[in-house]
Amino acid sequence: MIENIIFYVFSAVLLTSAVMVVSARNPVHAVLFLILCFFNASGLFILLGAEFTAFILAIVYVGAVAVLFLFVVMMLDINFREMRQGFKRYLPIGATVGLILLAQLVLIMSAWIRDPQGIAKSTVLTPNNVENTRAIGQVLYTQFFFPFQVSGLILLVAMIGAIVLTLRDRKDAKRQRVTQQMDRKISDVIEIVKVESGKGIQ
Amino acid sequence: MTIGLNHYLVVAAILFTIGILGIFINRRNVIVILMSIELMLLAVNINFVAFSVFQNNLVGQIFTMIVLTVAAAEAAIGLAILVVYFRNRGNIAVEDINQMKG
Repeated sequence: MIENIIFYVFSAVLLTSAVMVVSARNPVHAVLFLILCFFNASGLFILLGAEFTAFILAIVYVGAVAVLFLFVVMMLDINFREMRQGFKRYLPIGATVGLILLAQLVLIMSAWIRDPQGIAKSTVLTPNNVENTRAIGQVLYTQFFFPFQVSGLILLVAMIGAIVLTLRDRKDAKRQRVTQQMDRKISDVIEIVKVESGKGIQ
Repeated sequence: MTIGLNHYLVVAAILFTIGILGIFINRRNVIVILMSIELMLLAVNINFVAFSVFQNNLVGQIFTMIVLTVAAAEAAIGLAILVVYFRNRGNIAVEDINQMKG
Protein backbone atom coordinates (compact mmCIF):
# COMPACT_ATOMS: atom_id res chain seq x y z
CA MET A 1 0.00 0.00 0.00
CA ILE A 2 2.71 2.45 1.00
CA GLU A 3 4.61 1.37 -2.11
CA ASN A 4 1.67 2.39 -4.28
CA ILE A 5 1.54 5.84 -2.70
CA ILE A 6 5.28 6.31 -3.20
CA PHE A 7 5.00 5.24 -6.83
CA TYR A 8 2.17 7.66 -7.53
CA VAL A 9 3.91 10.55 -5.76
CA PHE A 10 7.17 10.00 -7.66
CA SER A 11 5.37 9.57 -10.98
CA ALA A 12 3.20 12.64 -10.46
CA VAL A 13 6.16 14.86 -9.58
CA LEU A 14 8.18 13.35 -12.45
CA LEU A 15 5.52 14.07 -15.06
CA THR A 16 4.65 17.50 -13.68
CA SER A 17 8.25 18.61 -13.68
CA ALA A 18 8.66 17.19 -17.21
CA VAL A 19 5.77 19.39 -18.34
CA MET A 20 7.44 22.32 -16.61
CA VAL A 21 10.71 21.58 -18.41
CA VAL A 22 9.14 21.95 -21.83
CA SER A 23 6.92 24.90 -20.90
CA ALA A 24 9.02 27.00 -18.52
CA ARG A 25 9.65 30.56 -19.66
CA ASN A 26 13.07 30.81 -18.12
CA PRO A 27 15.53 28.13 -19.30
CA VAL A 28 17.27 28.20 -15.93
CA HIS A 29 13.99 27.11 -14.36
CA ALA A 30 13.69 24.46 -17.07
CA VAL A 31 17.09 23.05 -16.11
CA LEU A 32 16.15 23.02 -12.43
CA PHE A 33 12.91 21.18 -13.22
CA LEU A 34 14.97 18.74 -15.31
CA ILE A 35 17.06 18.03 -12.21
CA LEU A 36 13.88 17.43 -10.18
CA CYS A 37 12.71 15.11 -12.96
CA PHE A 38 15.90 13.04 -12.79
CA PHE A 39 15.71 12.79 -9.00
CA ASN A 40 12.17 11.47 -9.18
CA ALA A 41 13.11 9.00 -11.89
CA SER A 42 15.90 7.69 -9.72
CA GLY A 43 13.36 7.39 -6.91
CA LEU A 44 11.27 5.21 -9.20
CA PHE A 45 14.35 3.10 -9.95
CA ILE A 46 14.99 2.59 -6.26
CA LEU A 47 11.35 1.56 -5.87
CA LEU A 48 11.94 -0.99 -8.63
CA GLY A 49 14.96 -2.36 -6.80
CA ALA A 50 17.53 -1.16 -9.32
CA GLU A 51 19.47 0.97 -6.90
CA PHE A 52 22.75 1.04 -8.82
CA THR A 53 21.04 2.47 -11.89
CA ALA A 54 19.26 4.99 -9.65
CA PHE A 55 22.53 6.25 -8.20
CA ILE A 56 24.18 6.34 -11.61
CA LEU A 57 21.23 8.34 -12.92
CA ALA A 58 21.52 10.85 -10.08
CA ILE A 59 25.31 11.15 -10.43
CA VAL A 60 25.58 11.26 -14.22
CA TYR A 61 22.48 13.28 -15.02
CA VAL A 62 22.23 15.65 -12.07
CA GLY A 63 25.95 15.89 -11.45
CA ALA A 64 27.16 16.20 -15.02
CA VAL A 65 24.55 16.70 -17.70
CA ALA A 66 22.20 19.06 -15.87
CA VAL A 67 25.09 21.15 -14.56
CA LEU A 68 26.48 21.31 -18.10
CA PHE A 69 23.09 22.56 -19.31
CA LEU A 70 22.94 25.13 -16.53
CA PHE A 71 26.46 26.28 -17.36
CA VAL A 72 25.66 26.75 -21.05
CA VAL A 73 22.36 28.49 -20.32
CA MET A 74 24.12 30.97 -18.10
CA MET A 75 27.12 31.36 -20.43
CA LEU A 76 25.12 32.24 -23.54
CA ASP A 77 23.75 35.74 -23.46
CA ILE A 78 20.43 35.23 -25.19
CA ASN A 79 17.17 37.09 -25.07
CA PHE A 80 14.95 34.15 -24.17
CA ARG A 81 11.79 36.24 -24.27
CA GLU A 82 12.30 36.57 -27.98
CA MET A 83 12.85 32.83 -28.26
CA ARG A 84 9.33 32.17 -27.02
CA GLN A 85 7.75 33.88 -30.03
CA GLY A 86 6.84 30.69 -31.85
CA PHE A 87 5.34 28.99 -28.82
CA LYS A 88 1.71 29.69 -29.67
CA ARG A 89 2.26 29.01 -33.34
CA TYR A 90 3.81 25.58 -32.84
CA LEU A 91 1.49 24.48 -30.03
CA PRO A 92 -1.30 22.98 -32.23
CA ILE A 93 0.99 20.85 -34.39
CA GLY A 94 3.06 19.84 -31.39
CA ALA A 95 0.00 18.84 -29.42
CA THR A 96 -1.34 16.89 -32.41
CA VAL A 97 1.88 14.95 -32.90
CA GLY A 98 2.14 14.31 -29.16
CA LEU A 99 -1.42 13.06 -28.93
CA ILE A 100 -1.01 10.76 -31.94
CA LEU A 101 2.16 9.33 -30.44
CA LEU A 102 0.55 8.84 -27.03
CA ALA A 103 -2.45 7.13 -28.64
CA GLN A 104 -0.12 4.77 -30.49
CA LEU A 105 1.81 3.98 -27.33
CA VAL A 106 -1.41 3.29 -25.41
CA LEU A 107 -2.60 1.10 -28.29
CA ILE A 108 0.59 -0.93 -28.19
CA MET A 109 0.38 -1.27 -24.45
CA SER A 110 -3.24 -2.33 -24.43
CA ALA A 111 -2.44 -5.04 -26.96
CA TRP A 112 0.70 -6.09 -25.19
CA ILE A 113 0.47 -9.58 -23.83
CA ARG A 114 3.22 -10.83 -21.68
CA ASP A 115 4.90 -13.57 -23.63
CA PRO A 116 7.34 -15.77 -21.73
CA GLN A 117 8.62 -17.25 -24.97
CA GLY A 118 9.35 -13.83 -26.41
CA ILE A 119 12.33 -13.13 -24.21
CA ALA A 120 15.50 -13.29 -26.21
CA LYS A 121 18.13 -15.91 -25.66
CA SER A 122 20.58 -13.34 -24.27
CA THR A 123 18.84 -13.40 -20.94
CA VAL A 124 20.94 -12.91 -17.85
CA LEU A 125 18.80 -13.95 -14.94
CA THR A 126 19.08 -11.72 -11.92
CA PRO A 127 20.66 -13.69 -9.11
CA ASN A 128 18.45 -13.90 -6.08
CA ASN A 129 20.85 -13.79 -3.17
CA VAL A 130 23.05 -10.95 -4.46
CA GLU A 131 22.43 -7.22 -4.19
CA ASN A 132 21.85 -5.19 -7.31
CA THR A 133 25.24 -3.49 -7.58
CA ARG A 134 27.16 -6.72 -7.19
CA ALA A 135 24.93 -8.49 -9.72
CA ILE A 136 25.59 -5.76 -12.30
CA GLY A 137 29.30 -5.81 -11.59
CA GLN A 138 29.47 -9.55 -12.05
CA VAL A 139 28.18 -9.39 -15.61
CA LEU A 140 29.32 -5.92 -16.69
CA TYR A 141 33.03 -6.68 -16.55
CA THR A 142 32.77 -10.22 -17.90
CA GLN A 143 29.94 -10.86 -20.30
CA PHE A 144 29.42 -7.25 -21.34
CA PHE A 145 33.08 -6.29 -21.33
CA PHE A 146 33.17 -5.24 -24.98
CA PRO A 147 30.12 -2.91 -24.83
CA PHE A 148 31.55 -1.46 -21.64
CA GLN A 149 34.85 -0.64 -23.34
CA VAL A 150 33.07 0.77 -26.39
CA SER A 151 31.00 3.07 -24.21
CA GLY A 152 34.21 4.31 -22.65
CA LEU A 153 35.54 4.99 -26.13
CA ILE A 154 32.35 6.91 -27.00
CA LEU A 155 32.90 9.11 -23.97
CA LEU A 156 36.51 9.71 -25.00
CA VAL A 157 35.43 10.73 -28.51
CA ALA A 158 32.78 13.04 -27.05
CA MET A 159 35.29 14.64 -24.72
CA ILE A 160 37.85 15.24 -27.48
CA GLY A 161 35.12 16.49 -29.81
CA ALA A 162 33.80 18.96 -27.28
CA ILE A 163 37.30 20.27 -26.58
CA VAL A 164 38.15 20.58 -30.28
CA LEU A 165 34.88 22.38 -30.99
CA THR A 166 35.03 24.90 -28.19
CA LEU A 167 38.75 25.58 -27.89
CA ARG A 168 39.60 28.83 -29.59
CA ASP A 169 42.81 30.69 -30.17
CA ARG A 170 42.34 34.13 -28.70
CA LYS A 171 44.45 36.80 -30.32
CA ASP A 172 44.32 39.21 -27.39
CA ALA A 173 45.38 36.67 -24.79
CA LYS A 174 48.80 37.14 -23.22
CA ARG A 175 50.84 33.99 -23.16
CA GLN A 176 54.43 32.93 -22.79
CA ARG A 177 56.63 32.72 -25.89
CA VAL A 178 59.46 30.48 -24.85
CA THR A 179 61.70 30.83 -27.91
CA GLN A 180 61.55 34.60 -27.78
CA GLN A 181 62.34 34.43 -24.11
CA MET A 182 65.36 32.20 -24.70
CA ASP A 183 66.67 34.32 -27.58
CA ARG A 184 67.07 37.43 -25.47
CA LYS A 185 70.68 38.49 -25.05
CA ILE A 186 72.13 40.48 -22.21
CA SER A 187 73.38 43.15 -24.62
CA ASP A 188 69.82 43.74 -25.89
CA VAL A 189 68.29 44.60 -22.58
CA ILE A 190 71.00 45.67 -20.16
CA GLU A 191 73.33 48.60 -20.58
CA ILE A 192 76.20 49.07 -18.19
CA VAL A 193 76.89 52.68 -17.44
CA LYS A 194 79.69 54.18 -15.41
CA VAL A 195 78.19 56.96 -13.35
CA GLU A 196 80.44 59.79 -12.40
CA SER A 197 79.84 61.14 -8.97
CA GLY A 198 77.69 64.25 -8.84
CA LYS A 199 76.41 64.00 -12.44
CA GLY A 200 73.87 61.20 -12.66
CA ILE A 201 72.55 59.56 -15.80
CA GLN A 202 71.00 61.53 -18.61
CA MET B 1 -3.88 -3.23 -6.57
CA THR B 2 -0.15 -3.61 -6.74
CA ILE B 3 2.11 -1.58 -8.97
CA GLY B 4 2.95 -3.68 -11.98
CA LEU B 5 4.98 -3.36 -15.14
CA ASN B 6 2.11 -1.59 -16.89
CA HIS B 7 2.19 1.32 -14.47
CA TYR B 8 5.84 1.98 -15.20
CA LEU B 9 5.27 1.63 -18.93
CA VAL B 10 2.45 4.18 -18.82
CA VAL B 11 4.63 6.67 -16.91
CA ALA B 12 7.44 6.17 -19.43
CA ALA B 13 5.04 6.57 -22.37
CA ILE B 14 3.68 9.84 -20.98
CA LEU B 15 7.20 11.09 -20.31
CA PHE B 16 8.29 10.22 -23.86
CA THR B 17 5.26 12.03 -25.24
CA ILE B 18 6.07 15.12 -23.17
CA GLY B 19 9.57 15.00 -24.67
CA ILE B 20 8.20 14.87 -28.22
CA LEU B 21 5.80 17.70 -27.40
CA GLY B 22 8.70 19.74 -26.02
CA ILE B 23 10.62 19.40 -29.28
CA PHE B 24 7.64 20.61 -31.26
CA ILE B 25 6.55 23.56 -29.12
CA ASN B 26 10.06 24.88 -28.52
CA ARG B 27 11.14 24.98 -32.13
CA ARG B 28 13.27 28.07 -31.66
CA ASN B 29 15.20 27.13 -28.56
CA VAL B 30 17.92 24.52 -29.03
CA ILE B 31 18.65 24.21 -25.33
CA VAL B 32 15.09 23.19 -24.52
CA ILE B 33 15.12 20.78 -27.47
CA LEU B 34 18.23 19.11 -26.04
CA MET B 35 16.51 18.91 -22.65
CA SER B 36 13.48 17.30 -24.32
CA ILE B 37 15.77 14.70 -25.87
CA GLU B 38 17.14 13.99 -22.39
CA LEU B 39 13.57 13.51 -21.16
CA MET B 40 12.89 11.02 -23.96
CA LEU B 41 16.05 9.09 -23.14
CA LEU B 42 14.96 9.03 -19.50
CA ALA B 43 11.63 7.53 -20.54
CA VAL B 44 13.48 4.85 -22.51
CA ASN B 45 15.61 4.13 -19.46
CA ILE B 46 12.53 3.75 -17.27
CA ASN B 47 11.19 1.21 -19.76
CA PHE B 48 14.46 -0.71 -19.78
CA VAL B 49 14.75 -0.86 -16.00
CA ALA B 50 11.08 -1.77 -15.52
CA PHE B 51 11.31 -4.64 -18.01
CA SER B 52 14.61 -5.69 -16.51
CA VAL B 53 13.19 -5.92 -13.01
CA PHE B 54 9.85 -7.48 -13.83
CA GLN B 55 11.28 -10.08 -16.19
CA ASN B 56 14.19 -10.80 -13.90
CA ASN B 57 16.67 -10.08 -16.68
CA LEU B 58 19.76 -8.03 -15.86
CA VAL B 59 20.58 -7.06 -19.45
CA GLY B 60 18.13 -4.15 -19.32
CA GLN B 61 20.04 -2.44 -16.57
CA ILE B 62 23.34 -2.92 -18.40
CA PHE B 63 21.80 -1.36 -21.48
CA THR B 64 20.49 1.52 -19.38
CA MET B 65 24.04 2.38 -18.47
CA ILE B 66 25.07 2.36 -22.12
CA VAL B 67 22.13 4.65 -22.94
CA LEU B 68 23.29 6.95 -20.14
CA THR B 69 26.77 7.04 -21.66
CA VAL B 70 25.43 7.98 -25.06
CA ALA B 71 23.13 10.60 -23.50
CA ALA B 72 26.04 12.22 -21.69
CA ALA B 73 28.15 12.23 -24.87
CA GLU B 74 25.25 13.64 -26.87
CA ALA B 75 24.66 16.44 -24.36
CA ALA B 76 28.35 17.37 -24.32
CA ILE B 77 28.71 17.45 -28.11
CA GLY B 78 25.36 19.17 -28.61
CA LEU B 79 26.14 21.93 -26.15
CA ALA B 80 29.63 22.35 -27.64
CA ILE B 81 28.10 22.79 -31.11
CA LEU B 82 25.64 25.25 -29.58
CA VAL B 83 28.44 27.30 -28.02
CA VAL B 84 30.35 27.41 -31.32
CA TYR B 85 27.20 28.39 -33.19
CA PHE B 86 26.45 31.15 -30.69
CA ARG B 87 29.99 32.44 -31.02
CA ASN B 88 29.60 32.68 -34.78
CA ARG B 89 26.06 33.97 -35.09
CA GLY B 90 25.19 35.65 -31.80
CA ASN B 91 21.92 33.79 -31.38
CA ILE B 92 20.71 30.19 -31.21
CA ALA B 93 17.49 30.34 -33.22
CA VAL B 94 17.08 26.90 -34.79
CA GLU B 95 14.95 28.18 -37.62
CA ASP B 96 17.90 30.11 -39.00
CA ILE B 97 20.07 27.00 -39.15
CA ASN B 98 19.20 25.90 -42.65
CA GLN B 99 22.55 25.94 -44.34
CA MET B 100 25.94 24.46 -43.63
CA LYS B 101 28.37 27.06 -44.78
CA GLY B 102 30.74 27.02 -41.87
